[in-house]
Amino acid sequence: MISREEVEHVARLARLHFDEDELARLQSELGTIIDYVNRLSELDLSGLEPTSHAVPLENVLRADEPVAGLAHEEATRNGPDIERGQFVVPRIG
Amino acid sequence: MDVATLTAHDCRDLLAGREVSAVELTRAYLDRIAQVDDVVQAYLAVDEAGALAAAAAVDAKPRDERLTWEGVPIGLKDILCVKGMETTCASRILKGYIPPYDATVIAKLRAAGLIFLGKLNMDEFAMGSSTENSAFKTTRNPWDPDRVPGGSSGGSAACVAAALAPWALGTDTGGSIRQPASLCGVVGLKPTYGAVSRYGLIAFASSLDQIGPLTHDVRDAAALLDLIAGRDPLDCTSTGLIEPAGPPEGDSLKGLRFGVIKEFTGEACDAGVRRTFDSAVKAIGTLGGVCEEVSLPSVERGIAAYYLIAPSEASSNLARFDGVRYGHRHAGSQDLNEMYVRTRSEGFGAEVKRRIMIGTHALSAGYYDAYYAQAQRTRTLIIQDFADAFDHFDFLISPTSPTVAFKIGERVADPLAMYCSDLCTIPVSLAALPAVSVPAGFSDGLPVGLQIIGPHFSERNLLSMAHAFEQHVQVGTVAPLRAGSAEVTP
Repeated sequence: MISREEVEHVARLARLHFDEDELARLQSELGTIIDYVNRLSELDLSGLEPTSHAVPLENVLRADEPVAGLAHEEATRNGPDIERGQFVVPRIG
Repeated sequence: MDVATLTAHDCRDLLAGREVSAVELTRAYLDRIAQVDDVVQAYLAVDEAGALAAAAAVDAKPRDERLTWEGVPIGLKDILCVKGMETTCASRILKGYIPPYDATVIAKLRAAGLIFLGKLNMDEFAMGSSTENSAFKTTRNPWDPDRVPGGSSGGSAACVAAALAPWALGTDTGGSIRQPASLCGVVGLKPTYGAVSRYGLIAFASSLDQIGPLTHDVRDAAALLDLIAGRDPLDCTSTGLIEPAGPPEGDSLKGLRFGVIKEFTGEACDAGVRRTFDSAVKAIGTLGGVCEEVSLPSVERGIAAYYLIAPSEASSNLARFDGVRYGHRHAGSQDLNEMYVRTRSEGFGAEVKRRIMIGTHALSAGYYDAYYAQAQRTRTLIIQDFADAFDHFDFLISPTSPTVAFKIGERVADPLAMYCSDLCTIPVSLAALPAVSVPAGFSDGLPVGLQIIGPHFSERNLLSMAHAFEQHVQVGTVAPLRAGSAEVTP
């Protein structure tokens, strides 16, 4: 179960907007999925470490040497609004 | 020329034997795409000009300077960045995105001289099991156009099954190579996590994503794996621990021990899948392998753990799609936050939003321990169960998918039923193990795949075993479409 208020709160966190119908549907779908994944809370997992990496791996290090990256123009080429090589966005409200 | 029955090895041999030029071969695949892909809808974009130019460059090279696979065409899942070629992840939010760089696997294939035919359809951001979540088109199963090809690499699997490329690259997070390979009757390999660089693969769930081959046979899968595997300084999770798979060898399984995973067989599967799987077990016995049932109790929690871990990682990875640096931006917003919200709400499809919501909820204040940490502890248990099983067995086996290809639209309304399509593949992904789906036979005329799982970095042995099985059962990967356009029924 998940409340309507919680769904709206999570949507705000995720920067997503849903209309009334979508919110109702989402509340029901998320409720079903959350009930399903709650099966995990039935397990006694005390003493088990959460997995951080599934294949044993030592620290991965490399020499700190500068290498050429993307040219500025290439890195910004896909931007929807570019001015003087910079990303333009609306004002922060 | 008719390319309908060619493996990538056949293509290589025809080129080496001067029976065909690279341009002729590429042209033949482009012709077949023009003829057949109206029905299959595997490709999102075909790069005819680029492919023909690359093929002409191969033909212009002196023969003694050509590399082994130079001039052999390939299809690419549209989640892999190819410099200068639109890459959308089948999402409206990336429509028009032209990557300024190649993914490492693409750079490797380019260096090897492969010809890129185009980009293949998929579930949006690889989230799905049927390719119905693509924002752009519905791909059809070449064995029955009313059915899904599986997903998320459904375009890649359908492409190979319909001979719209001799082989293709896909990606697998919870089964996205193996399940469509099974449903389309082709070979699909998910390598060990860390065997192949993920640089330039648009991230879904970073602790699970791997790139791998979809092919007509195991020999092609081994060759394509060798082309893409290896340590990459641009992906610190890539290890270089994998041995070159080389050509798979041997036709006997004598002395090898196979664990039949109890939780993935029996009632979990449709009767037809079970029958085909049982005959695969018999075939392994005939080849000298010893099969015994093994129980991995924790895997029954695999889907629950996966549907916390993968959406959590996805909600974080997909935060980058904000309309600032690339892709879609909502026009006319007066305020930055409004621009983010409108851009993302317009750009993402329903399943992607659903998963971002699950992941954001699971990672939000007060829920982290109950959900994400508990899921990662479950993952530890699953890893241990598999490790224990490999103390007793050389390989573990199961059906790849509990059902054959389902009807288009059948599971769209029920997310949880769709998630259960990946029952047998998800726990293997959580444990980062390599696994291959090999065609095992048919149920009601639809393909059934055998999943073979090996220990970490055992690809060489895994593919040799799969090759022996494949040679013995001799299941055709020829979808009816491949017999010619006369049999195409839209």
